[in-house]
Amino acid sequence: MPPLLSLNQVCREFQVRGRQVVAVDTLDLAVEEGEFVTVVGPSGCGKSTLLNLVVGLLPPSAGRIVYRGRAVEGINTAIGYVTQKDNLLPWRTLVENVEIALEIRGAAKNERRRRAGDLIGQVGLSGFEDHYPHELSGGMRQRANIIRTLIYDPELILMDEPFGPLDAQTRIVLQDQLLKLWRASRKTILFITHDLVEAITLADRVVVMTSRPGRVKHIAAVPIPRPRDVYQIHMSSEFREVYNKLWNELRPEVAPA
Amino acid sequence: MTGRGRLFVYRLLFGFVLLAAWEAASGRLIDPFWVSRPSDIFKYLWGVFADGSIFGHLAITLYETFVGFFIGATSGIALGFFLARKEVLAQVLDPYIVAFNGIPRIALAPLFIIWFGIGPNSKVILVVTVVFFLTFFNTYAGVKGVDVELKNILRVMGASERQILFKVTIPATVPWIATGLKISLPYAIVSAVVGEFIAASKGLGYLINYNTSLFSTTGALGGILILALVVVLCNEIISRAEAYLLRWRPRENGRKSNELY
Repeated sequence: MPPLLSLNQVCREFQVRGRQVVAVDTLDLAVEEGEFVTVVGPSGCGKSTLLNLVVGLLPPSAGRIVYRGRAVEGINTAIGYVTQKDNLLPWRTLVENVEIALEIRGAAKNERRRRAGDLIGQVGLSGFEDHYPHELSGGMRQRANIIRTLIYDPELILMDEPFGPLDAQTRIVLQDQLLKLWRASRKTILFITHDLVEAITLADRVVVMTSRPGRVKHIAAVPIPRPRDVYQIHMSSEFREVYNKLWNELRPEVAPA
Repeated sequence: MTGRGRLFVYRLLFGFVLLAAWEAASGRLIDPFWVSRPSDIFKYLWGVFADGSIFGHLAITLYETFVGFFIGATSGIALGFFLARKEVLAQVLDPYIVAFNGIPRIALAPLFIIWFGIGPNSKVILVVTVVFFLTFFNTYAGVKGVDVELKNILRVMGASERQILFKVTIPATVPWIATGLKISLPYAIVSAVVGEFIAASKGLGYLINYNTSLFSTTGALGGILILALVVVLCNEIISRAEAYLLRWRPRENGRKSNELY
């Protein structure tokens, strides 16, 4: 069976002040259905560009993006996208933000409210349904950002450093919640982070990218059994082994000699 | 007492002190022929309200203001949305719009009287030319400033362009439109009155002008006082509407001065 998503020799260039900048260079990557793949790399290595290419907001300069065996042109609505900024609509309450994808699809109001309420409960936001985004903390907004994507059940979910701006404790709690949501739904997730511990904790496979131009440097499987305990996992010897291997790959990219 | 209630009392007190100073100065420091006195003005106001002679003037000025305000605002908002989506056309029209807006309205007022007569129509048109540009510029800037990421988020969710217009662009532009409406309302009233000054047979502007020509400072100041009250009242109504429509926005004055951000 072909992979759910594959990128073949994908390049993307930008014009910045008249100069040609290569953000993503001859990148090859395949993601299998049901897989949790994380991508780590130094900042500015084209990770966000990669996601914008996959979802179809940006066309590649060269190469092909194949989804379920077919080349994709334009926005691929089978894919959900959780951005780094929470991007909640500030004039909508929490529940109105969470249900917006169902509203777009024309679902009945009580059906929308029921499913939004379920998800809000699962991530511990019950009681905040009628709050506006500015009345919520960063962690709460990011949870809302994630569940408003889960609610319409996209086959593949892209996540761009969704826990990046959060404090360490909140991150761990949200990682745990994300793994539980993922296990219940068996979605395919492509998750970008700059945090190697987070990448290993969550992933079936970790992709290391080179610094600009972004290219796949190394892919490592994470042979740690699931369900995983995100609070304890980093103390296991398997974790340390994967971590050391990946850090050796990543270090020359982060710290220029 | 609540903060709002106390504020209201302070405001009343301030107004009362001003009027008392005026009353005291009039006849002692300045001849009342020039500045009248509050007690005379209130007597005058009481008279014109009691015999009902003021209502015709008030009604005509309010009519000119609100019909002009409504036409100017709806057309300004509509053109703002339209041109914000037509990049090339907007650039072609830009110098003309700026030029039209730069014309002092007082220069147009006599022309409008020639074209549309001395009745309310010429004043309505004058109000429209003021309100139209203010709401247009604000709406245009608002639509242009909508966060592209928010639109893209909805596109990825499968929204149509029409859904994006109603779920993102319009709500994101509401604060801008509200600002445009709020700043143009006092200008609308002023324009109607200015039009009446040039030529009219009815309206508060006509009444003030008429009293001035009779050297009745009491009547002129009475008319001005009514105008001022109308502006304050309209502003209060529009502020409340704005606060309701924009209840999703963080309140800027909610922060305390001893907090750091």
